[in-house]
Amino acid sequence: MNLSRFGMVIWKEFKHIYRDPVSLRLVILMPLLFTLLFGYAITTDVEHIGLAVYDGDQSYESRELIRKFVASDYFSLEQMAGDSLQLEALLDAGEVKAALVIPEGYGKKLKRGEVPESLLIIDGTDPTIARTALQSGNLIANVYNMRTLSDGVFQVAEMKTRVWYNPNLESAKFIIPGLIGLIMQNITVMLTAFALVREKEKGTIEQLIVTPLRPVELILGKLVPYIMIGSIDFLIALFFGTWYFHVPINGSIFLLLGLGFLFVISALAIGMLISTVTKNQLQSMQLAFITILPTVLLSGFMFPRDGMPLAVYWLGNLFPMTYFLEILRGIILKGIGLEYLWKEVAGMTAIGALLLAAAIKKFHKSLD
Amino acid sequence: MNGYLIETEDLRKAFGDVTAVDGISLKIPAGSIYGILGPNGAGKSTTIRMLCGLLTPSSGKARVNGLDVYTQSEQIKQRLGYMSQSFSLYDDLTVLENLRFYATIYGVRGREREERIRQLIAMAGITGRERQLAGTLSGGWKQRLALGCALIHKPQLLVLDEPTAGVDPVARRVFWELIFKLAAQGITVLITTHYMDEAQSCDRIAFVFGGKILAEGTPAELVASGEFRNLEDVFIDYVEQTTGQKVRSSFEEIKFLLRSDGGGVQ
Ligand SMILES: Nc1ncnc2c1ncn2[C@@H]1O[C@H](COP(=O)(O)OP(=O)(O)OP(=O)(O)O)[C@@H](O)[C@H]1O
Ligand SMILES: [Mg+2]
Repeated sequence: MNLSRFGMVIWKEFKHIYRDPVSLRLVILMPLLFTLLFGYAITTDVEHIGLAVYDGDQSYESRELIRKFVASDYFSLEQMAGDSLQLEALLDAGEVKAALVIPEGYGKKLKRGEVPESLLIIDGTDPTIARTALQSGNLIANVYNMRTLSDGVFQVAEMKTRVWYNPNLESAKFIIPGLIGLIMQNITVMLTAFALVREKEKGTIEQLIVTPLRPVELILGKLVPYIMIGSIDFLIALFFGTWYFHVPINGSIFLLLGLGFLFVISALAIGMLISTVTKNQLQSMQLAFITILPTVLLSGFMFPRDGMPLAVYWLGNLFPMTYFLEILRGIILKGIGLEYLWKEVAGMTAIGALLLAAAIKKFHKSLD
Repeated sequence: MNGYLIETEDLRKAFGDVTAVDGISLKIPAGSIYGILGPNGAGKSTTIRMLCGLLTPSSGKARVNGLDVYTQSEQIKQRLGYMSQSFSLYDDLTVLENLRFYATIYGVRGREREERIRQLIAMAGITGRERQLAGTLSGGWKQRLALGCALIHKPQLLVLDEPTAGVDPVARRVFWELIFKLAAQGITVLITTHYMDEAQSCDRIAFVFGGKILAEGTPAELVASGEFRNLEDVFIDYVEQTTGQKVRSSFEEIKFLLRSDGGGVQ
């Protein structure tokens, strides 16, 4: 590799980016916008489920239970029903998505130290809302019961309930680190997916091919400016996402930044490979989408990978994003370090290096 | 090398079903201006691209400066300057930045680079426009900038694919003056063109049609080979022979129609 040729490609690529102020602004705006948009889309769809209540007990305890439901932010009280028939009608009309029935004697049972029964009916048409409503409803009722039961009995029990409280925050904590990874992957793959095809479309590649420039100098030279941009994007997505959605970073920030840098390179390599095998921007756009979309499912962003069939599981191993997700959640949530994450780091590095080598190998200095 | 810088033998290139170049054998003497003349789609660009290492031939032999195009194309590129049919420098880089970029890529560095760039800017007559974005230059200026970039590493062979297409007559004249100067310095020039007057200016020409060479020689030889008034006649004759269509007579018919029309008005 000739260093001055390599340096010249970097310099030229920076000029292209610098002379295109629109894309420059987009590069800064994208991580902000995506983090906000996706962050809200994923963490707020579970809030404020319309709730109707039939309180057959009319005791302090039953009113307290209703108050807990409302205070959780998961439910908003739409209507108090006079009887359970009216509740059914409200559900049927779709005016509420959930209905809570508190039978007579609820308060008495609770005072006697028994676990009282209450009924939460959920409209299952939208499974996501239904599942969340079910889980959070259960949780709220349990927490309330446990708390009431433990009142004045064990201080320990009281503390335990506090940990479980506000599950909303827990879901954001789980979602946001993964989201940062997903957003970073999408931005970086797009950045380089066009890097070479733009030259193919404009015809400037023809002049470049008749020079002694080597593929490794061209591919790596084009990569360097985007590594810098991708790293800046990662900083924005990471700090904005964790600050805005109140997700503390429990582990080492420096380790996270270092591994984020490594991920940016690996993801850029995907885009570069796409750029070498496609002929125009439309093709690379399509190929980028085909590559990005399955990672949402395969990487473990949405569903845990443990339950997947073996073939699908292995397919997930091909994407740097899969490893980075483990790294992000590990460092941000669990606060663990390299001693636990070395396998993911090794996997991500290997895949990244392989992708880069493939991009360099796939780039032929010819127009055929 | 026996005095020929480029030698090809039965060179072919097919794109799927389309045979763009159908067995071309050329011998281009070192130090000459060699023209490839032919209509649209004749296979001029494809031939040139194979010689520059931009396309791999489907079959046949080709050597540039004794180097094989199949296996030694990277070495060929070291001493070759190429100007493609459409402007392929960077629109969003300035004149100076384009020149600097290509200079460094060809390994011209430091003081030598700046000196060379200064010379080329003067030669191409683009002084005063060094800091203008290449994309904002007009046709003739672009052409001369591209020529400058192709010459930055002092190549022994200059390959120009329709360099004067879409350029006004004055700019064309200026461009050809430059080509003559370069040839006088011993650079071999391979140029494609549609224009008869440009073909007339070449030392030798090959007339390509349908991927084949129909005629080859010096302009004087070609005109003298039959009862021809000029080069245009020669080529129309060849096209008629090959296609079996009467290009000239149909042209005469049009003239006749026009004349009778004019008569009708008077
Ligand atoms: N990449 C390609 N794929 C398929 N066909 C091609 C390709 N390049 C050229 N051709 C075809 O090969 C033939 C010769 O093309 P070529 O560009 O060499 O002609 P040309 O003589 O340079 O014409 P022009 O004067 O228009 O530049 C044409 O029929 C063209 O359509
Ligand atoms: Mg052409």
